[in-house]
Amino acid sequence: MTVSPVRGPRAHPAVRRWVLGLGAALAWVVAYRFNAALWDWLVLDVGGLDPASRWGSGVHFFFYDSVKILLLLVAIVFVVTVARSFMSVERTRALLGGRREGLGNVAAAGLGVVTPFCSCSAVPAFIGFVSAGVPIGVTMSFLIASPMVNEVAIALLLGLFGPGATSLYIGAGLVVAVAGGLVLGRVHAERWVEPFVFEARLRGQVVTGTADLSWDDRLRMGWEEAVGILRRIWPYLLVGIGIGAVIHGWAPEDFFARHAGPGNPWAVPLAVVVGIPLYSNAAGILPLVEALHDKGLPVGTLLAFMMAVVALSLPEMILLRRVLRPPLIAVFVAVVGGGIVLVGYLFNAVLA
Amino acid sequence: MLIKILGPGCANCVALERVTREALAGLGVEAEVVKVTDYPDIAAYGIMSTPGLVVDEQVLLAGRVPTTARVTELLAAHLAS
Repeated sequence: MTVSPVRGPRAHPAVRRWVLGLGAALAWVVAYRFNAALWDWLVLDVGGLDPASRWGSGVHFFFYDSVKILLLLVAIVFVVTVARSFMSVERTRALLGGRREGLGNVAAAGLGVVTPFCSCSAVPAFIGFVSAGVPIGVTMSFLIASPMVNEVAIALLLGLFGPGATSLYIGAGLVVAVAGGLVLGRVHAERWVEPFVFEARLRGQVVTGTADLSWDDRLRMGWEEAVGILRRIWPYLLVGIGIGAVIHGWAPEDFFARHAGPGNPWAVPLAVVVGIPLYSNAAGILPLVEALHDKGLPVGTLLAFMMAVVALSLPEMILLRRVLRPPLIAVFVAVVGGGIVLVGYLFNAVLA
Repeated sequence: MLIKILGPGCANCVALERVTREALAGLGVEAEVVKVTDYPDIAAYGIMSTPGLVVDEQVLLAGRVPTTARVTELLAAHLAS
């Protein structure tokens, strides 16, 4: 497919952009507002299913949640991508260069959240940071925060649990990233970094990253990213929502609460251990988390599970193995995993 | 013209190579397209977010997959310079 560079001859591009943007935003609000009413009508009135029955609640959950999550994903990924187009990893490095530990870790964790980053860039980013003189611990704060506080997870948490739990998630992710980086800085992690990292020399030319973008570029990037993420994750999303619907309709009311509820002190570490190898993305996991929450599982246990799934993945460990020796990867997993367990206990205590 | 696609081989790098080849075909320009997958080599270009697009040793883009139209613009500008 080729994209024609010729624009519409009549409407001014800026005017057309505003009309399109406002129209899309309005359509989004209407769709989100009437989503529940639509499925109430289709599933319960037209379909004749009883909302208290297994089929009624399961089927309603599936359709209502699918539409809600799709809408949230498109909107939040779009907004986040446009906002992030003002940041780049190269700029982050410039901001972090020369920072000491402590404040540097806090800055790195914050930048990890707002800097656009794909996990296949973890290694070049690591090399770039280290060769720019950013301390290992500060670099690790960035690398922990980046996957831990994930825009897809934020979109879904906001829709499913509201702003309270979402800010807790972001805050907890930042705390784990800062603390994790500080610990890794203390253990003199340099000895576990592959030597070639320190030998890597950057050429004089500094890449500007995304500084030259126009608003048209930024909006287009937002749209492409939203569509790209949807295209990539929709099967996981549907499977996740499907499992969620089954739990919603069929799982006995107190089954999960009895085995993993507040009465079981091992529930949080268990959730983390189960979550690590279960590499999925936030989109596949969150509908499941929502259904489990409805069945009485505490939020802290569920957040710990979700963070473990999103932040500690085997593919990323394999990528990081190119620059980090196994002891450092082990410490990394232990610190992040331990941090997540603490966050789980904390939330369970605070929100109980 | 020597074009290098920088990246370890994830989906974004594959997409950038496809877009670049489309742009070249659109311009009717012959060019050698090679992949750079080794991390020290990628980092040596000052790039920290993949994929990267390097034309005749000059970094034109990093960290995102542009549209074919955008790559066509960049390549045309490079050819004109």
